[in-house]
Amino acid sequence: MNTKTALLKVENLRFRWLSSQRDVMDIPELSIQKGERVFIKGESGAGKTTLLSLLGGINLPDSGLINILGTDISQLKQSRRDQFRADHIGFVFQLFNLIPYLSVIENITLACEFSSRRKAKALSKSKTLEDEAYRLLSHLQLQDRRLLTKPVSELSVGQQQRVAAARALIGSPELIIADEPTSALDADTREHFLNLLLSECEYSGSTVLFVSHDRGLEHAFDRSILLNELNKADSRSKDQQQGDML
Amino acid sequence: MNFLLLLKLTFKSILNRRFTSCLTLLSICISVFLLLGVDTVRKEAKHSFTNTISGTDLLVGARSGSVQLLLYSVFRIGNATNNIGWDSYEKISSHPSVAWSIPISLGDSHKGFRVMGTTQAYFEHYRFADDQALEFKIGKPFSGVYDTVIGAEVAENLGYQLGDELMLAHGVYDTDFARHDDKPFVVTGILERTGTPVDRTIHVSLQGIEALHIDWKTGTRSREKVSAKQALDLDLQPKQITAFMLGLNSKMEIFRVQRAINNYKREPMLAVLPGLALGELWQLIGVAEKALFIIAVFVLLNSFVGLLTVILTSLNERRREIAILRSLGCRPNQIFILLASESLLFAIVGCFLGVFLFLVAIVLSQPVLQGYGLHIPLSSFGFEQLVLIAIVIGVSFLIGSIPGYRAYKQSLADGMSIKL
Repeated sequence: MNTKTALLKVENLRFRWLSSQRDVMDIPELSIQKGERVFIKGESGAGKTTLLSLLGGINLPDSGLINILGTDISQLKQSRRDQFRADHIGFVFQLFNLIPYLSVIENITLACEFSSRRKAKALSKSKTLEDEAYRLLSHLQLQDRRLLTKPVSELSVGQQQRVAAARALIGSPELIIADEPTSALDADTREHFLNLLLSECEYSGSTVLFVSHDRGLEHAFDRSILLNELNKADSRSKDQQQGDML
Repeated sequence: MNFLLLLKLTFKSILNRRFTSCLTLLSICISVFLLLGVDTVRKEAKHSFTNTISGTDLLVGARSGSVQLLLYSVFRIGNATNNIGWDSYEKISSHPSVAWSIPISLGDSHKGFRVMGTTQAYFEHYRFADDQALEFKIGKPFSGVYDTVIGAEVAENLGYQLGDELMLAHGVYDTDFARHDDKPFVVTGILERTGTPVDRTIHVSLQGIEALHIDWKTGTRSREKVSAKQALDLDLQPKQITAFMLGLNSKMEIFRVQRAINNYKREPMLAVLPGLALGELWQLIGVAEKALFIIAVFVLLNSFVGLLTVILTSLNERRREIAILRSLGCRPNQIFILLASESLLFAIVGCFLGVFLFLVAIVLSQPVLQGYGLHIPLSSFGFEQLVLIAIVIGVSFLIGSIPGYRAYKQSLADGMSIKL
């Protein structure tokens, strides 16, 4: 694989929690191309969230290299790492993605408040951030303008996930990381949501890293990786350690 | 990422928890109000207390304690242990250092108000507050034996007007058998309100006091009655008085004159400096004022503990929100600001409301407080109060940094994982 076209490159990554004796993450190599849609499959407790925290620069690896867009984020200062995440990565979580006291529109545009880069990008597509948020929502088939000012608690789970997707997508970050975003949805909405998310990522040219335990979604992706194969750390001891942690 | 966004987030988050927020705010507002109120009232009380008498250099009475002398002669509380002979008074008041003197004769009352026998010098030389003289609301000083000048509160409470007649009673308790009902007094003047015990005093001439008691022997009426008219023809020169106030020509002579009076051979007397005696008395009753202030401080601390509880409780519910903010690129120190600014915001708004409530209360309660001799102007919210407010806000920031620090720690430990 050519390093120049790789959006994300991980080498010899090792990570353990502070209180732990053993590594929970040991990834010799992972490379994701620009524009690629990657499905990472892992059972619960396999270290999915830990991996995403490392890739997002929230936690630092003990050793190894995490190169995103040509920057080794493990070498960055914490505040620079946070800024890097704000500028280049959009996250969608499993559930309760939204800030309860902000409206739908405010939740979406919040991503731009933390990144002037994404704000500028969003404004290059629409006149205002609100327009851009609305444009994304209608792409995600949430056209009803009345929804925009509603408290987020009045939205259905499916609607909430689409708002979260719009927030991850606004300002076209290069990498979208989705952590089980469909697990709270029923079978029909799940497929629907996935298609909307992927087509919108394709439209904005974002690379997708989708983490889930649900094999049924695998088919929509370019590549599928088993987390247990990727991560060489002994999974049994890892489970124990997670047990210790909790 | 700017501070304004964090402030907006804090504000919206608080708004989202309207009900608890309002209660917390209310509790801070009331505590601040209480603190300011107690602080002001105690200062004003002390101020008004020390303003009871001014301009008098020495207070002289029969030998007892200085506080007791002050209590009966100035505050009209309690009774004198002994009287002073008129000859001693004459001797001292004619001393070359003495500029003026006011004799006082106490012992009678009228419907709960004390009667004080004195001379014209009283209206001329008596001063209170910042060298303020007594002023007449209506009428003039007494001139006849049976004339009386009443304080503002006496007139208000008993509804007396110029020309009204009143019967004085012997002693402090107004009972039928001790009433001087054969010699009615006529109101010739009503004084302006002073906020001092003068308001609750009925002033008559020393001759009036003498006339009242001319047919009284050892506390009861003698058999030979002397009518009001007959009494006028008798010698009404007083033989004893209760106390007297002295004004000297020079302040330098105060201690010399005081020593001379205290060493007066022919009669045991006590001369005190009113300011010193007031200070001594305030030390006794000032404890209550300090206790009140301490209670107010604790009430305020209590509402801060309440605030802390509310914020820390909400912190658990907000772990998710914090993780979301982190994923959006929010820095841990911004998370700190987000939580710490919350209590700061509560304190600032709470203080603002508390001050507002305080000022409104001053305006509304002014007529009532004046009745107690307390004059609290709006300007009593000054620099010292601002310092108090600044301390409150400073403390709130310190308190706010507790949940701020916890959230900071949490956001580092939780990372991306959001616990449900």
